[in-house]
Amino acid sequence: MDSLVPLFVIIPLGIAFIIPLIWQVTRGVFRFLPGAGMLAMAVLAFFMLFNLGGESIVYKVGGWEPVNNIPIGIHLVADPLSLMMLIIVNMIGLFAALFSIPYIDKYTGENYYYSLFSLMVAGMNGVVLTGDLFNMFVFLEVSVIASYSLVAFGSSRDELEASFKYQVLGGIASLMILFALAMTYWYTGTVNIADASEIIRSGTGTGTAIFIQLFLLTGFGLKAAMIPFHAWLPDAHSSAPSPVSAMLSGVLIKAIGAYAILRLFFSMFSLSIEIGYILIILSVLSMILGGILASGQWDYKRLLAYSSISQMGYVIMAAGIAMVVLVRGQDAGIAALAMAGGLFHMFNHSIIKGLLFLNAGAVEYATGTRNLKELGGLASVLPITSATSLGATFSIAGIPPFNGFFSKLIIIIAAVQARLYLLALIAVIMSIVTLAYFMKVQRHIFLDKVKSARFAKVREVPWLMSLPMVVMAIMCLVMSIMIIPGVRDTFLMDAVNALLSIK
Amino acid sequence: MIPYMLCFVLFLVGLYGVLTRKNILKIIIGLCVMEYSLYLFLAMTGYIEGGAAPIIDPANRAGSVVDPLPQAIVLTAIVIGLATTALLLAIAIRLYKKYKTFDIDKINTLKG
Repeated sequence: MDSLVPLFVIIPLGIAFIIPLIWQVTRGVFRFLPGAGMLAMAVLAFFMLFNLGGESIVYKVGGWEPVNNIPIGIHLVADPLSLMMLIIVNMIGLFAALFSIPYIDKYTGENYYYSLFSLMVAGMNGVVLTGDLFNMFVFLEVSVIASYSLVAFGSSRDELEASFKYQVLGGIASLMILFALAMTYWYTGTVNIADASEIIRSGTGTGTAIFIQLFLLTGFGLKAAMIPFHAWLPDAHSSAPSPVSAMLSGVLIKAIGAYAILRLFFSMFSLSIEIGYILIILSVLSMILGGILASGQWDYKRLLAYSSISQMGYVIMAAGIAMVVLVRGQDAGIAALAMAGGLFHMFNHSIIKGLLFLNAGAVEYATGTRNLKELGGLASVLPITSATSLGATFSIAGIPPFNGFFSKLIIIIAAVQARLYLLALIAVIMSIVTLAYFMKVQRHIFLDKVKSARFAKVREVPWLMSLPMVVMAIMCLVMSIMIIPGVRDTFLMDAVNALLSIK
Repeated sequence: MIPYMLCFVLFLVGLYGVLTRKNILKIIIGLCVMEYSLYLFLAMTGYIEGGAAPIIDPANRAGSVVDPLPQAIVLTAIVIGLATTALLLAIAIRLYKKYKTFDIDKINTLKG
């Protein structure tokens, strides 16, 4: 099964370069190519996850075997956590790619759109698979450069401005990460994550390690848009074409932000209470400020973008709780519970936020605006969009039996067990705030009365746009089965054990 | 130690430029300065006192050579830097065509 691992990078990269070459021949068919590739990769990742049984496989690129136990060459590591991330990335990618087919029709240069889209997925797949720090940086740059140009794809005033802000802040973040990488190489003499971890954990220079960690936290915090590093996210995520927003908010900030933080801070560095508290403080700020700022928005997609900041706070908070618990020497089971909640919420949020951004795209496609003050009474004319959006709203606000309820519940239980009662309280309150601002969306877009005569001719979106929305809405409900012990063990707990290395 | 410190100072100079300048092109130059300070830093981490270029010489295998890995990393990083800078400049040109200015204070349609 080793030789299947590089396929996750080869397939999207191949599609990205084939599409512009043969676009002119049969353009109708090749619009489905990115979606087909991602479906294949999602199925492959699922198959590998069930066949590995908690083990991890290492693929050595170019066949360079370690010399004297010192790894040379690049290693791709497929462990349960990477495979779980691969399933998320490719599944949301599949839905967004199908949604794009009618949506992107109005733009020129469709072939470049699909090409950049595949390139972005290739980069994200690489980031979650790689076991090499510099390789991670390269794949990260591949995916963010593709996303910079996708944000600017419509090349209107807003999109260009948003893309420029995103590029400048993203550029600073990348350079911070590169600096941390250079420091790591200087300190340990290796860029292999597993190898560096041994040297850092056995070494004495904790000061240097903390210095590197702070740079990494700033860099990946900028990529994950944690407050106070969030300035680019609302602009970029609301200006981009909707399927791209779904990818950016649904998976990009997770794959290159949250995943990288979890992987490097839990698997590479020795755990420290300071970093645990910094993670908790950043996440609480993100949760509270993101929620408050979202409540004041009147642009549908901007509201969703702020909501993403707030929800990512839950994921990082769970990681912070896990780290604090482990360092304090409390029961490792609590740390595992917190981490399981965090990963589960990350999984759920990518489905929910992907669905909500596709809803926003459908509303914009049908009516031509996304201003909450202009819209109203769309429930009768857009029944599918309205129903799926209601499902996503219940899910993100944490109403049982939707999946969002269970992931938030696990995080809150873990916080209580870790005796961090204030965090549990904040998580509950922010869940209510989430419900409040999504009820505002429901009321102003789908309920209420029709405010303008020009929405009289609005019709439901084409089937290629409604199909992904319906499937994702069903998944919002069905993913609750991950809470059942048998499913939880193969899917969630293996990933947690891979991350925390508890057996 | 001093050369490493100077690299860090150069990094901060670039960061200062990015954060304080109002002209889009100066922001891009600031990012480039940050990038170059990192290339320097990476190249220095691999340097060994008196080391030769890392090319195997069959006649003289005993001599010490500098670490080739950071050099490979710098080359890759330069290529990535080229891509980001080219994209930034392309966006800057499009912005100038839309707004007729390079001043970021005048390019502010997105707020809130």
